[in-house]
Amino acid sequence: MKEKMKEKMKAKMKEKVKEKDYLVRINNLKKYFQINKNTYLKAVDDVSLEIYKGETLGLVGESGCGKSTIGRTILGMYEATGGSVEFNGVKVFGMKASSTKEFKRKAQMIFQDPYASLNPRMLVSNIIAEGIDIHQLLKGKERTDRIYELLELVGLNKEHANRFPHEFSGGQRQRIGIARALAVNPEFIVCDEPISALDVSVQAQVVNLLQELQKQYGLTYLFIAHDLSMVRYISDRVAVMYLGAVMELADSNDLYEKPLHPYTKALLSAIPIPDPDIQKGRQRIILEGDVPSPINPPDGCKFVDRCSYAEEICKTKRPELLEVNPGHSVACHIWKDIKD
Amino acid sequence: MRERILAVNKLQVSFNTYAGEVQAVRDVTFDLYKGETLAIVGESGCGKSVTAKSLMRLNPEPPAVIKGGEIIFENRDITNLKEKEMQRIRGSQISMIFQDPMTSLNPTMTVGRQITEGLKKHQKLTEVEAQKVAIQMLKLVQIPNAESRFKEYPHQFSGGMRQRVMIAMALVCNPKILIADEPTTALDVTIQAQILELMKELQNKIDTSIILITHDLGVVAHIAERIVVMYGGKVVEKGRSEDIFYRSKHPYTWGLLKSVPRLDIKRNAGRLSSIEGTPPDLLAPPPGCPFADRCQYAMKICRIEMPPMFEIYQLHGAACWINHPQAPTKVKEEV
Repeated sequence: MKEKMKEKMKAKMKEKVKEKDYLVRINNLKKYFQINKNTYLKAVDDVSLEIYKGETLGLVGESGCGKSTIGRTILGMYEATGGSVEFNGVKVFGMKASSTKEFKRKAQMIFQDPYASLNPRMLVSNIIAEGIDIHQLLKGKERTDRIYELLELVGLNKEHANRFPHEFSGGQRQRIGIARALAVNPEFIVCDEPISALDVSVQAQVVNLLQELQKQYGLTYLFIAHDLSMVRYISDRVAVMYLGAVMELADSNDLYEKPLHPYTKALLSAIPIPDPDIQKGRQRIILEGDVPSPINPPDGCKFVDRCSYAEEICKTKRPELLEVNPGHSVACHIWKDIKD
Repeated sequence: MRERILAVNKLQVSFNTYAGEVQAVRDVTFDLYKGETLAIVGESGCGKSVTAKSLMRLNPEPPAVIKGGEIIFENRDITNLKEKEMQRIRGSQISMIFQDPMTSLNPTMTVGRQITEGLKKHQKLTEVEAQKVAIQMLKLVQIPNAESRFKEYPHQFSGGMRQRVMIAMALVCNPKILIADEPTTALDVTIQAQILELMKELQNKIDTSIILITHDLGVVAHIAERIVVMYGGKVVEKGRSEDIFYRSKHPYTWGLLKSVPRLDIKRNAGRLSSIEGTPPDLLAPPPGCPFADRCQYAMKICRIEMPPMFEIYQLHGAACWINHPQAPTKVKEEV
């Protein structure tokens, strides 16, 4: 008993310490896209999350679940419909222009498609230094030196500065995208599926680079991806999204070993493991049907139509994301009753 | 031993471009047996899709040229068939599912018409007969309300449902071989699981052989019995699924297996092992092993001469000099 109490105390302490240290706090964030007069596509529907300093928060879900929209809304690329985002304790929507500019320097983004996210008419050196120029950080020789330094940092070399994006492979382009994000000394980087367009052997190179840079500069990542194996590998904590809502949030190992939400369970069991013997022995939950449209999502739990455990309450009342174990939150009315 | 239905022998396919001749497929050899699932694995640009498309002669010729080798299907060499004869095989004997179900269906035709097209052409069925068969096929691929969906257009279907339509279309003439080119890459994981389950089920029912082209080793472990690993336009290793996953004899396969993070392995602070460097330029492929430049075990001979396919055990073969009896023992020990 005593030990349990101690553990609980410890967890609470940890929480308190952590609470002070969050870098980004998202409160009831909503992003609706208007389709026509009275219909809205609810891409992000009331999401609250905290991202701690120096951690990697993985954000996973199937296509159309709103994970990219969250990333973009945090950075102000989309105007939020409701809710707020705090960065270092300051609300970022509706700040003075000068503070917004400073926020946009501190929070950067790495995009999914390395072919579409680099301007084909610009030299690599100018692509990387675009942020430096906008924020007027460096000029002349210092600027050039910084470009060379960044290129070497991401595993390219000086000679690459005077080339155009089409001269590079996908993996190299993604490195240029990373150098561009790093150029302005950010604190927070939204990585929006940075590796899904790359080949497996190159994916590993880019992920290793991202992790090294995080260690070196104490960066905080929001890592958006649909590849759950890679997310497990890179993230400290993972949030699972479905139809614009967070279904489960937990420490990475916790989530993968003891998933509580029926959707997380199905999602994890759907991913094939590259090992024939293990794969043959696995019990797989095959979800029926497709992800419903976010234009008219169900009133209650968003997952209710595909959930095999759904009860009456799930259809009428939307479950809140509640912390049920230390550091492990789940949005499900009946998670306790579900037995494997 | 099961009956062999397809034999690819030293196939060479090149593309003539402005920059020169891209040697996309170089001396590819493999067999396909009745009722089995064979996976061709490799990274983008390794020639796996070009190989698959050659089996149906779907590479636009020109610029593609079959420079050599043969593809033996039912005692005939497909590589020198005329277009008319090829049309008789396409869709009825060998058929194909493509990666992107959004772009490979005709948006101006109802789903039903697209499925019955093949039936009317190959099996000379009347409209009414063809409709019956097609609706049955839609039920078989588990599309709900098959009768009413038969008359709908592709845009009214979701991604997973479109892929089911593609599968129905490919299987409606009972082909002997089904080529699936990255059939689940564009789909979400929960939908991918549905489609893979469906393909397995249908294979048992119809007894077709499946050639699965993919880069996802998880999918391969789930569904394939035999695997062909390609790199730089060549087959570098082939064998049964267990041979490749547990007893591989090629450094590229090792690298590939190690660089995939696995769901069942804990988050650790260590580096993910990656293969440094990039694949060779197929405009001027190296004379030796295409992987030599990225291989930590590379020896002198690797850069001079392409290793032959060393037979390891029965169906398992690996094209790497470390399997040569005279290879330095030091390398062997590390292996």
